[in-house]
Amino acid sequence: MALLQISEPGQSPDPHQRRIAVGIDLGTTHSLVAAVKSGVAECLPDEQGRVLLPSVVRYLGSGACHIGHEAAAAQTLDPANTLASVKRFMGRVLPDIVGHDKLPYDFVPAQGAGGMLSLATAAGVKSPVEVSAEILATLRFRAEDSFDSDIYGAVITVPAYFDDAQRQATKDAARLAGLNLLRLINEPTAAAIAYGLDNAAEGIYAVYDLGGGTFDISILRLTQGVFEVIATGGDSALGGDDYDAALADWVLKQLNLQALTPEDKAAVRLAARACKEGLTASETVAFSACLTGDNISFDVKHSDFATVTAALTQRSLAAVRRALRDAQIGRDEVQGVVLVGGSTRMPQVREAVADFFGREPLTNLNPDEVVALGASIQANQLAGNDTAGDLLLLDVIPLSLGLETMGGLVERIVGRNETIPTAKAQDFTTYKDGQTALALHVVQGERDLVQDCRSLARFELRGIPPMAAGAARIRVTFTVDADGLLSVSAREQGSGVEASIDVKPSYGLSDDQIAHMLQDGFATAQQDMQARALVEARVDADRLLIATQSALDADGDLLSPDERAAIDSLMQGLRVALEGAPDAAAVEAATSALAKGTEAFAAQRMNRGIRDALAGKNVSTL
Amino acid sequence: MNLQSDDFELFGVPRCFAQDRAALDARWKDLQREAHPDRFAAQGAAAQRVAMQWSVRINEAYQRLKDPLKRAAYLCELHGEPIRAEDNTAMPAAFLMQQMQWREALDEAQGSADLDALDDETQDARGAALARCAELIDAQQDWAGAAREVRSLMFIARFARDIDSRREQLGQ
Repeated sequence: MALLQISEPGQSPDPHQRRIAVGIDLGTTHSLVAAVKSGVAECLPDEQGRVLLPSVVRYLGSGACHIGHEAAAAQTLDPANTLASVKRFMGRVLPDIVGHDKLPYDFVPAQGAGGMLSLATAAGVKSPVEVSAEILATLRFRAEDSFDSDIYGAVITVPAYFDDAQRQATKDAARLAGLNLLRLINEPTAAAIAYGLDNAAEGIYAVYDLGGGTFDISILRLTQGVFEVIATGGDSALGGDDYDAALADWVLKQLNLQALTPEDKAAVRLAARACKEGLTASETVAFSACLTGDNISFDVKHSDFATVTAALTQRSLAAVRRALRDAQIGRDEVQGVVLVGGSTRMPQVREAVADFFGREPLTNLNPDEVVALGASIQANQLAGNDTAGDLLLLDVIPLSLGLETMGGLVERIVGRNETIPTAKAQDFTTYKDGQTALALHVVQGERDLVQDCRSLARFELRGIPPMAAGAARIRVTFTVDADGLLSVSAREQGSGVEASIDVKPSYGLSDDQIAHMLQDGFATAQQDMQARALVEARVDADRLLIATQSALDADGDLLSPDERAAIDSLMQGLRVALEGAPDAAAVEAATSALAKGTEAFAAQRMNRGIRDALAGKNVSTL
Repeated sequence: MNLQSDDFELFGVPRCFAQDRAALDARWKDLQREAHPDRFAAQGAAAQRVAMQWSVRINEAYQRLKDPLKRAAYLCELHGEPIRAEDNTAMPAAFLMQQMQWREALDEAQGSADLDALDDETQDARGAALARCAELIDAQQDWAGAAREVRSLMFIARFARDIDSRREQLGQ
């Protein structure tokens, strides 16, 4: 009698097993994780049944940390070590943070040129990437517990208006948290997926997403499962936190008080938030806080709150106007306005949006959950679980990318609101006789002067053969991938001298830094790194074997017998490596050999796929 | 068909100026459905790279085909008449006069009504130039003449952008 095989959880030999993929909304105030279970997207709760995880991390002197509700409760007790809203610090330097003097933290300026600010805590200096990774890891563990299995990968959402440095920082945080990042997608786009699929929406929609720390506006066209972003805009430093700060400033001014100690600063911020939340339902709410030496209580009318924050609401509408202009869409062409983000619960925001578009916004979904739900739907499809799904996201880059030219001016190479992925090339030349090197400075932003844009990276192209000024032809290519991340390469056309970089040195973490942090046991404290490496290598290998086999089954006829034999032997080699002694390096080597050996086949398959798509179209239209 | 195919071949549309925008939009989405890297996320890095190349190429072609100005410039180039906007700025005197008048009007514009009027005028000029482009390309195959129209359209497009930035300044 044959024995039944029972595999370890997460290591099932069944190649068609469903892969568990999650969507994570890494928010300024709260974070959530969602997944598609039995065809329905749902947010995963913690052991107490709570879906929202406060994006707060408290570092203790012992080196341990508290994450979420427990940390949030300690904000006034231990303000300097209890870090909230770190999303606003991702990929940023101190001068970027407006009002940082009102925050109770001990900021550590960025080290060297570029770099990111950090925060000094009882457990040492922490970068915003590390803090974010703690939050991501907590959600990862929550999902793993929920499924009692490892997670195949995650889609993480970012504000549409995040620039390259902020996206890169988020990607680094995912790596640090041990997550296989399937895609970064934009929050309003994720919300549109959840909303659009739920309501079978077609036509032009605006997503107005005011979160705790960021504001996005995206204009989308929805047609038969295609979510096409026509234009996006926003402000990555405008959110509910700013409404709290404006309210707190105003109340303190009325009382002729100042909050000076970290405890007072934290108490005032929390009081403002509570007052703001109260004002969504009541006309008047007391602003009350316990300050050193003074218990304050001050009645705030809703109209006062609306007045002191009117400039913030107007700032969001200015971004909406610009996005509509970029989209070349009139306000009246917008068929629906979807409100996303907890801050859209403020009545003055709802009214302003309704007035602007001349229609009531759509609020029949939970503004806190919709982003994570949309991300989980995309994650499920990217993991290959929903082969029948015809969901397609065509997103755009939010901010223009360019190079510094003579005189500190920006030469724009990729314009904002261009559909990604995209690649753009531009030719440059030398300005001195015999010049052999070229310094390239990559910037992002809409302003004409380099000093007004964000510096992303600097690199050099060396070894240009000496020529007369203006004779060299240096082609610089910007490539933006589907995550919205940039890489830049430069090539002298005559000599073929090449240089290229992934744009990350200025703000991102280097691979070494990440490896180092991972070795320190960060976020994966209980994991045995080597065992993990082997598991990951095996998962990658299995994945590639399955993909290759299904490609051969579908399009094997494209290959000559020799080509087929070469691929078969590479597959066999990988199977041997998998069955042999546990050796991550051997499995990885055989995996990359197979990946390399099937590249030409993959290209042929793509050609066939596209030809077939076109042919099918021609048949149906002619 | 391959990555080197021209935009018209890639989209399977006739190589002419007159195009049906709705058909281009639909074709773009059909092609991206086949080639977008998201479709191959669960496959190896090789498939991702190839998908990215195709997806980028499809987006490039779509950008050029859907914009009448870029489409006209592209057709001129394909027929050996590059636009050379940087070193060919000789424009008819009447056209330059009109540009100067527009610039003055823009400098003096006080509010959205003034800007709207200028916008309308610019749109009319653009429409007329595009109609001439269509005639020169599709009916007469006069590539040098079409390239001249393209250059004047580029002036008009730049001016339209300046109106937009003025609007932004005025906070409209």
